[in-house]
Amino acid sequence: MAYSEKLIDHYENPRNIGSFDKAAEDVGTGLVGAPACGDVMKLQIKVGADGLIEDAKFKTFGCGSAIASSSLVTEWVKGKTIDEAEAIKNTDIARHLALPPVKIHCSVLAEDAIKAAIADYRAKATKKAE
Amino acid sequence: MTAITQIRRNDQPIYLDYQATTPMDPRVLEAMMPYFTHKFGNSGSRSHAYGWEAEEGTEKARAQVAKLIGADEKEVIFTSGATESNNLAIRGVAEFYKDRKNHIITTVTEHKCVLDTCRHLEQQGFEVTYLPVQKDGLLDLDVLRAAITDKTVLVSVMAVNNEIGVIQPLAEIGRICRDRKVFFHTDAAQAAGKIPLDVEALNIDLMSISGHKIYGPKGIGALYVRRKPRVRLVPMIVGGGQERGFRSGTLPTPLCVGLGEAAEICMKEMDAEAKRLKKLQERMLTGLRAKLTDIVVNGDLEHRIPGNLNISFAYVEGESLMMGIKNLAVSSGSACTSASLEPSYVLRALGVEEDMAHTSLRIGLGRFTTEHEIDTAVDELVRHVNKLREMSPLWEMAQEGIDIKSIEWAAH
Amino acid sequence: MSAVTYLDHNATSPLRPAAFDAMVEAMRAGGNPSSVHGAGRRARAIVDRARREVASLVGARPSETIFTSGGTEANNLALSGAGRRRVLVSAVEHDSVRRAVSRAEILPVDGEGVLDLAALEAALSASVEPALVSVMLANNETGVLQPIAEIVRLARAAGALVHCDAIQGAGKVTVDLQALGVDYLSLSAHKLGGPPGVGALVVRHSAPFSPDRLGGGQESNRRAGTENVSGIAGFAAAAEAAKGGLDVTGFRDRLELSLVQIAAGAKIFGARAPRIANTTCISMPGVPAETQVMALDLAGVCISAGAACSSGKVQRSPVLLAMGVAAEEAACATRISLGWNTGPADIERLIIAWQDLYTRVRQSDISHSLSRARAA
Repeated sequence: MAYSEKLIDHYENPRNIGSFDKAAEDVGTGLVGAPACGDVMKLQIKVGADGLIEDAKFKTFGCGSAIASSSLVTEWVKGKTIDEAEAIKNTDIARHLALPPVKIHCSVLAEDAIKAAIADYRAKATKKAE
Repeated sequence: MTAITQIRRNDQPIYLDYQATTPMDPRVLEAMMPYFTHKFGNSGSRSHAYGWEAEEGTEKARAQVAKLIGADEKEVIFTSGATESNNLAIRGVAEFYKDRKNHIITTVTEHKCVLDTCRHLEQQGFEVTYLPVQKDGLLDLDVLRAAITDKTVLVSVMAVNNEIGVIQPLAEIGRICRDRKVFFHTDAAQAAGKIPLDVEALNIDLMSISGHKIYGPKGIGALYVRRKPRVRLVPMIVGGGQERGFRSGTLPTPLCVGLGEAAEICMKEMDAEAKRLKKLQERMLTGLRAKLTDIVVNGDLEHRIPGNLNISFAYVEGESLMMGIKNLAVSSGSACTSASLEPSYVLRALGVEEDMAHTSLRIGLGRFTTEHEIDTAVDELVRHVNKLREMSPLWEMAQEGIDIKSIEWAAH
Repeated sequence: MSAVTYLDHNATSPLRPAAFDAMVEAMRAGGNPSSVHGAGRRARAIVDRARREVASLVGARPSETIFTSGGTEANNLALSGAGRRRVLVSAVEHDSVRRAVSRAEILPVDGEGVLDLAALEAALSASVEPALVSVMLANNETGVLQPIAEIVRLARAAGALVHCDAIQGAGKVTVDLQALGVDYLSLSAHKLGGPPGVGALVVRHSAPFSPDRLGGGQESNRRAGTENVSGIAGFAAAAEAAKGGLDVTGFRDRLELSLVQIAAGAKIFGARAPRIANTTCISMPGVPAETQVMALDLAGVCISAGAACSSGKVQRSPVLLAMGVAAEEAACATRISLGWNTGPADIERLIIAWQDLYTRVRQSDISHSLSRARAA
């Protein structure tokens, strides 16, 4: 299996590894996957007062493609509105990293992670508004 | 024409996958060379010197293989490899005796080719019992005893497991089978040449051997078929009637010669090599344990060939680790199935949880492994395990004291 | 000229230097093609490249090409893998075809060894059960070529599948899967200057196939077992070198003409049928084949008394018997088979050795009959 240069770069030099305080109001956390399936992604977004995603962090247990997919999306979501971030499609991720067919599920997981993080953020925001 | 002068170039990764395949020993290649060039005859040609010369080569090789396992040379037949040997042994016996007996016993941790053959036989109406193994990977002899019925024709238990390297209690299994008048086949692809095997002492009736797992060539293997008491087989490949009718096809003389030479070298060097590998195995494990926590060796460490380690590096997914340790050629799971991304069925059979199975690496040491390579490998593994743990949400949770099993994970 | 003249290429052909080099390179690369790491991927690349090369020798697609341990396995695999219970084979097939299934129906050949097409047609229409027809391209003992395209036409009309054992033909004459139209095609490396222990079965995409050997999923689940990487590499290199075919017609004509001139009554079997040029099956009347082979061996010329298989005991050729050759005549037939490294000097040496033998036999015959005459 030959991996693309972009994928290898994200695997070897992953961007935005780390964690935010998941209790913080401006942080949305998505935790998707399962250890038994061989991948778990934790993706967090920090949303500014202007509604833009000002920072993102991830931690991933999974293969190189899973790590690269999550690293890539943390880069992509930064500076985007929540709605824009929500529009990121797994196919965009797969295409950008040239994922081999057996690894497409990694991009699906990354998309799920963004959506889960956004949902978490929104839930918090709604709760706060109430 | 060129010749092989060295095993590994400096720019190649350190090879630690000796259970997938072994590099050919230069002495083996040297023995084969003449049979590629001027001694190229067909050992079936009885009419000229080329044929006789080739036959001398194959017959010497047959004797060398026989000697390695304490057999008579008439009991050794050449095949194209251990997969064929396993297919032939199990199907051949099952089909020959099917009118009287129709039950086969094997274990869940056998090589795929044994399991697939057994499944095929089930479809043909045979009954197959797949015995579980214990947590250490070893067969419980009482479970075996209880499984044998008067319909049992064959027990097939591998000598050494290809993923976890554990050695099954062959002598005890052989005794049980002989007492119950059941044939005993053992897939010794990973065992022959590495641990002492004597078909008489162990009461083995059929044994599969592979060339490329013992520093010999690929495309050649052998099947030992006992003559007293006689084991009979329905052949799988028919035609010219070579190999006493058990296996037709022109014998590939150079490959036979290579297998024979490989067997002889293994036999001569077995004791010293086992000691040397044991030290390397210990060195690696000690090195890893000194610098990493949460690592688990899968399978029994004592009843194990010294050339194997199978380690789960908790919280680090095996494939991503493999991708990181670029200077090391290791495997996650067995070579045949490692492209399939499924967690190893062998580890699952040991009761290893799926999440831990995903973190396992198989590290195979062998004849050309050096202390320096082990040290380099330990450094590289430690560095990448630490790096990936820093990235791992599971490691983070574990550090925070969260029990991963307490979380409700969504399956996907 | 080498110390020995080897004219038994149909038994096995010496390894071509290009094949040897490719094998050494593959052995140096090492690795199990199923492994994911670099060593494994290099081995995989070698196998993939080789598959393209071998496939192209016979105009097949790489994905239609399954590597086996040799021609015998390929033939067995075709006959079992096609999944047809009714199997029709010609009477001159190799044992690995004739014995591959227990209930094969045998189709007769004519006096030249060519399949009796009328008999094929009759057999095909004798039952509604769809059959598999297996006929070789070129015979290993006589070199006689079968009318495969015609056989395929008849078989197709009856809904039958066709297997062609092209082991002796490939690399000597053009073999093209499309032109032949067969569903299965067997190849062997060591008959065309590759190493022994490797062969291939080509299975056309449209043809049914069920595997025989089960296990690790290699060869796209069609043939389990770790690939014989260096053997496969050698096979491909030999296939590439053999691509131009084997043009030994000049040698063949020279030797056949000479031998027939030397021995009055010498007979070349299958001479009136299309043949591959490398094979001559010829009798030296009154001289048992074993005597000829031994005498020629002493003179440094290797030929054979029949197919080189396992039989220590010499048996009459079923091929010649199927052609209606009388047993005593078949007993005097030997096979001379030329190959990629045969030179003019080899031909001359054979002719001289044959002449010497024939002269000696004649003289002793004459002296025997003279002494018998005196005694009487």
